Amino acid sequence: MILLEPRPQPSRALTLLSPVIAIALTLVAGGLLMAAMGRAPGQALYVYFFQPIHEFWFWLTLPADQAAMWIYTPAEVVVKAIPLALIGAGLAVCFRANVWNIGAAGQYTLGAILGGWIALSAPEDASGLWLVPYLLGGVLAGMAWAAIPAFLKVRFNANEILVSLMLFYVSTQLLDFLVRGPFKDPAGYGFPESRDFGAGLIMPVMVEGTRLHYGVVLAVVACVALWLMMGRTLKGFEVRVIGAAPRAGAFAGFSRARTIWFVLLLSGGLAGLAGALEVSATIQQLQPTISAEYGFTAIIVAFVGRLNPVGAILGALVLGVSFIGGENAQIALKLPKAVTGIFQGMLLFFLLGCDTLIRYRVRLAWAARA
Amino acid sequence: MTEPEEGRTAAGAPSPETPLFEARGIIKKFGDFAANDDVGLTIRAGEKHALLGENGAGKSTLVKMIYGVMQPTAGAFYWQGQPTVIHKPAEARALGIGMVFQHFSVFDALTVAENIALALPPQRMRDLARRITEVSEAYGLAIDPRRAVHTLSVGEKQRVEIIRCLLQDPRLLIMDEPTSVLTPQESEMLFRTLDQLAAEGCAILYISHKLEEVRALCDTATILRQAKVVAHCDPRAETALSLAEMMVGSEIGDVEKRGETTAGEVRLKVDRLDLPSASEFAVALKDISLEVRGGEILGIAGVAGEGQSELMEALIGEVAVERNDAILIDGQPAGRANPTRRRRARAAFVPEERNGHGAVGDMTLPENIILSHHSAEGLARGRWLGSWLDFAGAADWARRVREAFDVRSGTENPVATSLSGGNLQKFVVGREILREPGILIVNQPTWGVDAGAATVIRRALIDLAGRGTAVLVISQDLEEIFSICDRIAVIHHGRLSRSYPVAEMTAEKVGLLMGGAHPESTEITDVEAA
Amino acid sequence: MENFIISMIIAATPLLLAATGELVAERSGVLNLGVEGMMLVGAVVAFAAANSTGSGTLAIVAGAAAGMAMALVFGVLVLSLMANQPATGLALTIFGIGVSGLIGQAFVGVALEPLPKLAIPVLSDSTAAGRILLGHDAMVYLSLALVAAVAWFLARTRPGLALRAVGDNHDSAHALGYNVIATRYAAVMFGGACAGLGGAYLSLAYTPMWAENMTAGRGWIALALVVFATWKPGRVLAGAFLFAAVTQLQFYGQDWGLPVPSQFLAMAPYLATIIALVVISRDVNLTKANAPACIGRPFRAER
Repeated sequence: MILLEPRPQPSRALTLLSPVIAIALTLVAGGLLMAAMGRAPGQALYVYFFQPIHEFWFWLTLPADQAAMWIYTPAEVVVKAIPLALIGAGLAVCFRANVWNIGAAGQYTLGAILGGWIALSAPEDASGLWLVPYLLGGVLAGMAWAAIPAFLKVRFNANEILVSLMLFYVSTQLLDFLVRGPFKDPAGYGFPESRDFGAGLIMPVMVEGTRLHYGVVLAVVACVALWLMMGRTLKGFEVRVIGAAPRAGAFAGFSRARTIWFVLLLSGGLAGLAGALEVSATIQQLQPTISAEYGFTAIIVAFVGRLNPVGAILGALVLGVSFIGGENAQIALKLPKAVTGIFQGMLLFFLLGCDTLIRYRVRLAWAARA
Repeated sequence: MTEPEEGRTAAGAPSPETPLFEARGIIKKFGDFAANDDVGLTIRAGEKHALLGENGAGKSTLVKMIYGVMQPTAGAFYWQGQPTVIHKPAEARALGIGMVFQHFSVFDALTVAENIALALPPQRMRDLARRITEVSEAYGLAIDPRRAVHTLSVGEKQRVEIIRCLLQDPRLLIMDEPTSVLTPQESEMLFRTLDQLAAEGCAILYISHKLEEVRALCDTATILRQAKVVAHCDPRAETALSLAEMMVGSEIGDVEKRGETTAGEVRLKVDRLDLPSASEFAVALKDISLEVRGGEILGIAGVAGEGQSELMEALIGEVAVERNDAILIDGQPAGRANPTRRRRARAAFVPEERNGHGAVGDMTLPENIILSHHSAEGLARGRWLGSWLDFAGAADWARRVREAFDVRSGTENPVATSLSGGNLQKFVVGREILREPGILIVNQPTWGVDAGAATVIRRALIDLAGRGTAVLVISQDLEEIFSICDRIAVIHHGRLSRSYPVAEMTAEKVGLLMGGAHPESTEITDVEAA
Repeated sequence: MENFIISMIIAATPLLLAATGELVAERSGVLNLGVEGMMLVGAVVAFAAANSTGSGTLAIVAGAAAGMAMALVFGVLVLSLMANQPATGLALTIFGIGVSGLIGQAFVGVALEPLPKLAIPVLSDSTAAGRILLGHDAMVYLSLALVAAVAWFLARTRPGLALRAVGDNHDSAHALGYNVIATRYAAVMFGGACAGLGGAYLSLAYTPMWAENMTAGRGWIALALVVFATWKPGRVLAGAFLFAAVTQLQFYGQDWGLPVPSQFLAMAPYLATIIALVVISRDVNLTKANAPACIGRPFRAER
């Protein structure tokens, strides 16, 4: 029988160790899953997790003149990590306030839609300066989409989980309508997609020969700024107090309604920015699907990052590795894409289970009753 | 599904000398901490047995084991001389042990009859309703079985618990701090019911720290101190002081009452404050007026749930009241001001719930200093994102509070939940007192804390008033109100009586006001005349 | 109109099943946001079972069992390990999408004979009322019976009373000797079985085929339905039919010549969910009086 005994103080060490244990357990369970599917577990796990890391490590050891040749895989991990870190950091703040914005994928989609509208309205030979209104448009659209659950929660007490999620489904229909209707490329042979964005509206690449773009700077700046806010400023303190004990927040003179607005607009804005960035940097046009699943994976990123905005960078890299590994596995092992989802779900399961250790000591007892 | 099973039935007919119930060498450990250490207890049929002890002495742990909610680490129980293991409450009930919990184990969403059915073997609801009515009439505990429990008053909820026990024909009835939520008159009625039960042969195990009450009701007492039995005695042969000494040990500190106080200017004024209830579960405040002068302590008495929390929220500024001049702080209107602005006007507050309202359990003590001091004491500068927190300053504050109020903690800056109730309460009261506020408003200053901490807190409140602060104390503890306040008012159904100087007040008069008799009505004059 | 009503009844069935199960879990004090994931796994497992055994009954049982297995994972985390309930529910959905995608890979594009209709000769064909009320498949009637059974169980039986007590005040229930954790495990598993059944209905009868993410948010709508129904089984029935009617708009809207692009009609159920949530939630007394007081709060017995 497993007995849980409360610790006098939550363990700081285990707060940081828990994701490591969870990743290890995910690898073990993943290996078992692979074996059950008749694959060699070692090979599968290598392709999924260690190959991207190995390649990254290999790249780090290379002399500078060769490094440029081998940079592609590490850069791809970072490319995946950019939207994940942006959304994950926003969600970390949001979850800290005990506000459950589950519809970041919808805010991401709206960011892509409004950004896309700006990009398609721009002249084809528009200069790079157009990126400023383009990205701002993404932020604003994400904020506007997140304002709906914020308003409905503050004003009518409506559950933000369900409202934000329903709005994700609405956003996919909206995007589908636009790329089949107003945004459709007349010269696109009837395909449901917009024309390609003009060169000025494509995020400039940072490292030649890769897709790594300047969005990485935005992501790091955003994460560090949010980290400072959460740890050092009254605003962050307010968010943490409202999330941990709303009545204590009222006692401190903090407004719960204002906090709900703040965290939803913040996380929505970052998700919208991620959507605009991603479309501009990697897809470069609007399509019916634009990798909106980043919005859901970012939930895991936030938890792996311990609901800490800088932790979200690490979480984003871990999940980025799993995406690249998933793509490798599709090619090398003919494994379906869904396996990536299983790994991600298991990671979150194990993580939440391990988090029990932060507050409780586990004691195994075989003793019979006295 | 989980049905409480019938336990084993009582064995054999007892001989007259055999005690009904006996506990020998009971030890209960939580990790390394012993909540009960070699506790012995003997109860005879028809006895009214008091279990006395301070908060944290181990009384509740002991009775939870007797009722089968917890298991002892070592030791044994004997029921009518037979060694008995009580695995779960259903077995305790089958033996004839009933229990009325301190924080009632009633279900707000269910009806009275459903609440009672949950503790009894399955039976038809119609029959049960009839039996409830019979028992409630026999013992003078009127209640309607069809009513939803959340519509009942606190006293009525307790009746539900008692009837639930009575329907099981108890041989031993355990009452955990039953009068802490009752008016003096309701307590009187409860004592008559208990006398009647004892006369019928039912043993009563009565847990309390109220000494006068125990001396009036009980014929035997077992006294616990720091998890150990320190005495068995006849409370009627002892004085309240001698009982208290046994409970607390040698260091019995009484609060020094001040002589005549010279009240200064009115510092806090509440003028015809109305506040509609936020939901049907809250109490509306109606026409509340009061004045507290610098240097005096005004006490607000009342049983639980009569609008104290709502009044506290309005005074802190957690909810804004409609009229800005319904609350005046040093003459300045503050009814629509938020808590931060009120604190800048040198008001300070201590809410009832220390964990989750007055402090955040998962945050450290310096962070909990920031909670109330961020703007009023300059621990956060500027506005918006630019307002950086001064953690060094907060740590310094926390250190000073810990030293001034003897807050004991394992580590330097622990999280609030790791502190004991008394130490955390000293911290949240001390945090506010160290600001030297112009006005201090405290709700239940010593609720659930040990006698040592209670003495420290009460003394600090009196000293603060002595330095010219206007102190408003809301408390359900009449002894506390009488021992520290200069004037007393009573809250009932969201209305506040006028205040009376403590010298003109008696427990009976407070009790009548607590029960809703209108001030200045004939009833009060009657009592005064009687 | 007749066809509209018949298809509405069919569209309501999966919502009804999933929402009724979730209602029981929530009444015991557990919020399981993983309904969508449990439905998907139920759908794919039921489809696989039907495809390999050819037995509708076995397929239905397999779907329920799959939902239960998913719910067991959730239960271990939130009940035994006291993990955060919203986060664990989300993990269950993400996991369920992955698992169903993996299992379903083999079945994409495979056709299946839909569940047989329980046609009663003459009666179920001759009149409009007969065609609307009779002649559905067994699961339609099963779902209606389930709602009635749950309503009776909660209101009239002793275990139902205990379940409500656990959801209202777990500390008191524990003090009276009820096993809070065991009760919640049972309720969560029941919820999982119902969600699995709801999923099975989608892949066996509603559109007899498997497609990735075929639930399309129905699990989430079922969660909203529980709130909309203020935790009362009878109102789940009314709510499910209402939502089903809105869902059918996208198929009938074009026939009726509504001048609206199909994507906007497809948005309708999601927008209707939001509106329903707002209408119910704005009345604080309504939600506060009916919501189980312990919902989402972990429980640990001190012994």
